[in-house]
Amino acid sequence: MNQQPDQNRVPIDPALLRGLTQRRFSRRDALKYAGVGAGSLSLAAFLSACGVKGTSAKASPTPSAFDFTPIYGNGTPAGVLNFANWEDYIDVDSKGNSPSLKEFTKETGIKVNYKTVINDNDPFLAKIIPVLQAGQDTGYDLIVITNGGPIERMIRLGYLTPLDHKYLPDWDANADPKVKNPNYDPGNKYTAVWQSGFTGIGYNSKVIKTPPTSFKDLLNPAYKGKVGMFANNQDLPCPALNSLGFDIDKSTPDQWKQAAATVTQAKDAGIIRSFYDQSYINALENGDTVITQAWSGDVFIASAPKSFGGDGFPEMKFVFPQEGPIYWHDNMAIPLHAKHPVDAITYMNFVYKPNIAGMMADFIWYVTPVPAARDYVLNTIKDPIVANSPLIFPTSDDLANAKQYKVFKSVQEEDDWNGVWQPVYSS
Amino acid sequence: MPGGLWLLVFFLIPIFFMLSVSLQTGNLEQGFAQTWHFHRYVEVFQQYRPQFVRSFEFGTIATAITLVVGYPLAYWIAFHGGRHKTTFLFLLLLPFFVSFVIRTLACQFILADDGIVLGALKSWHLLPQGFHILATRTAVISGIAYNFLPFMALPLYVSLERIDRRVVEAAGDLYANKKDVFLRVIFPLSIPGVFAGILLTFVPAVGDYVNASILGGTSTTMIGNIIQLEFLQNFHYPVAAALSFVLMGVLLIGIFIYARVLGARSIEEYV
Repeated sequence: MNQQPDQNRVPIDPALLRGLTQRRFSRRDALKYAGVGAGSLSLAAFLSACGVKGTSAKASPTPSAFDFTPIYGNGTPAGVLNFANWEDYIDVDSKGNSPSLKEFTKETGIKVNYKTVINDNDPFLAKIIPVLQAGQDTGYDLIVITNGGPIERMIRLGYLTPLDHKYLPDWDANADPKVKNPNYDPGNKYTAVWQSGFTGIGYNSKVIKTPPTSFKDLLNPAYKGKVGMFANNQDLPCPALNSLGFDIDKSTPDQWKQAAATVTQAKDAGIIRSFYDQSYINALENGDTVITQAWSGDVFIASAPKSFGGDGFPEMKFVFPQEGPIYWHDNMAIPLHAKHPVDAITYMNFVYKPNIAGMMADFIWYVTPVPAARDYVLNTIKDPIVANSPLIFPTSDDLANAKQYKVFKSVQEEDDWNGVWQPVYSS
Repeated sequence: MPGGLWLLVFFLIPIFFMLSVSLQTGNLEQGFAQTWHFHRYVEVFQQYRPQFVRSFEFGTIATAITLVVGYPLAYWIAFHGGRHKTTFLFLLLLPFFVSFVIRTLACQFILADDGIVLGALKSWHLLPQGFHILATRTAVISGIAYNFLPFMALPLYVSLERIDRRVVEAAGDLYANKKDVFLRVIFPLSIPGVFAGILLTFVPAVGDYVNASILGGTSTTMIGNIIQLEFLQNFHYPVAAALSFVLMGVLLIGIFIYARVLGARSIEEYV
C-alpha cells in the first residue's frame, strides 16, 4: 500500500477531486478549472492516467535554520483574520458577540471573521486537504484541530505554516508546561493548544449509587443496555488499552486486539447500547444511557444549572478513572498558504494572556492552557464554580496519571490500528 | 443534445472519475496511483458483506412498510379527499420542510428510554422498565420508513388520482363487488405508481446512513455509514469509491430485474 506514485503519470485534475470533496470554491476558480476540465475530457486521461501526487516529501523546516521572513514578512498584520472554529468554543455575551474577540480587535485593529465551520476533524480536513493539495489558500488563517491523528496528519502532510516563536511571548510565559512541547508536535513547531479536555466516565448518579472508578466499570453486566461508548479511533481504544495497563503509545497490535476483544465481548453481550459521536451527552441526559464514556466539558455543561448556562442535570457526574483519564488537546494551527499568517499568530499569542484566557475559560468550560487564568476567573469575574472545578482547572494530582492520545508513527500504523478498532464500533 | 451534455458533465465524468479512483492504490500522504487493483472489489465486498446484506434487508422491510402505510393513505386522499385534497397532500409533505437530520433527531428525542412516550408508558406500567426502541433494528427500519414515506405516497397518489372514475363506476355496473373493483380495476391501474414508489423509496433507503447513525445501536451499521467512514474519516478514497460502485451495481441489477418482472408488464396482464 505504500507504493510511490509514478511521477510520469498525469495527476488527477485537482479541480475534480475538489469538486467531490469540497464545497467552498470561488467563481474564479470554477472558471479556471472549467477550462482545465474541458482539456482533459478524453477517457484515456481518466482511465489510464489517474493518480494523486503525494505530498509528504515536502521538507519540514528546522526551526534554527528556518527563515520565517517569507511567511511573516516584517510582522505587520494585514488587519483581517479568518478563524475557523468549532461550535460553542469561544466566549459569547448575551448579544451573541465574543468579548475576547472584541478586545482583540480593539487592541490590534485586526478584524476577525469568526466561523464555526468545524463539526468534526476528519470531515473538515477532507474539505481543506484537496485545496491545500492544489496549492491554494483554504480561506482560513487559523483552524482548530484535535490531536490523535488529525493534527499529526496535517503536520506529516506539510500543510501547516511553521510558527515563528518570536511572535509568541505570551505563550512562552503563560502556557501550562503540560501543553508545551507535546508528543504530537515536538517543540510546538506548528501548533499551540486552544483548549484541552479529558476523556473519562460520565454517569447518572440517580441511577448509579457507587461512583465508577475505572473504564472496566463500563463493561459491568449490571448496566446492560445502558452503557455508551465513543465511536472513534482514539476515545474508544485509548481508555480500553489504558484500563488493561498497556502503555498507549508503545502498545503492540496484539495488545490492541486484546483490548478490542474485551469491548467486543461487552458489545455482543448487549451491555453496550451504542457507540456515539457527540450525541452521547444527549443519550445520557435522555436516560438512554446511565454510564458512558464522556468528555469533561460536556458533563460540566450538562450538570450546571440552567440559570448558569448549563443543561440543568445536577445528577450527571464525571469521574477521572483511577487508571488515568485521557488528556487531549485541540490545537490552533495556521494552514499553509494562509493569506494572513501574521494576524493568525498574533491572535494565537493573544489568547495566552491570562485575562483573555480567563474570559474564554469562564465560558467554554474545557481545560484552558493558561493556569494563570484561574486567578482572573476567581478574582475578577468572581466565578468560583468554574475556578474550583477540576474539570476546568485540573490539579496536578488530576493530571499526574493522565494519558495522551496515541501518536501514529506512520500511515500504515494508523491504518492497522483503525483496522482493529473500526469493526468494534461500526459493525 | 443539452440532455446529453448534462449527462456527460453530471453523470458520466464523475462516474468515470470514481471508477478510476476505485482502482487506485495508495494513501493520502504518499499519494494515490492508478494500479488497476480490480481485486479491491472482491475485498471490499467480503469485508463489508454483513453491512451490505443488512442495508438491503432494512431497505426492503422499510419499503414494504411505506407501501403498506402509503397505499391506503394515497387511496384515501385520491378517492375521499374531496376538495381538501391539496391540503392533505400539503400535510403529507409538511415534514419535508424540516431538515431530514433534524426530523430524525426529533425521533431520537421522542423515543428516548425515559422520553415523553416511553417514559409515560413505563410510569403507567404499560411497558417493562427495560424496554427500549432506540438502538435497535426496529428503530432504524422505522426511521427509514418514516423519512421516506412521502416518496412512496406521492407517486401512488398520482397514479390513483389519474384513474378514470367512469371505469370504477363501470365495474360497479357490471356487478363487481367492492373487493373486486379494488383488486381487478383500481389496484392494477395503480401499478405504475407502485412501481415508481418502490423505486423512489428503495434506492435511497438502502444507501441511507442518517437513520442508522442517529437511531441505531451496536449492530445496525449500514453500508452508507461505512462509505461515509471510509471517505471522510479514513481517507480511503479507493475503498469508498469501490463500495459505492458495488452498491450501485447491486442496486442497478436489482432494479433491472424488478423492472423486467413488474414494470414492463402491460395493464392487461393484471386484469
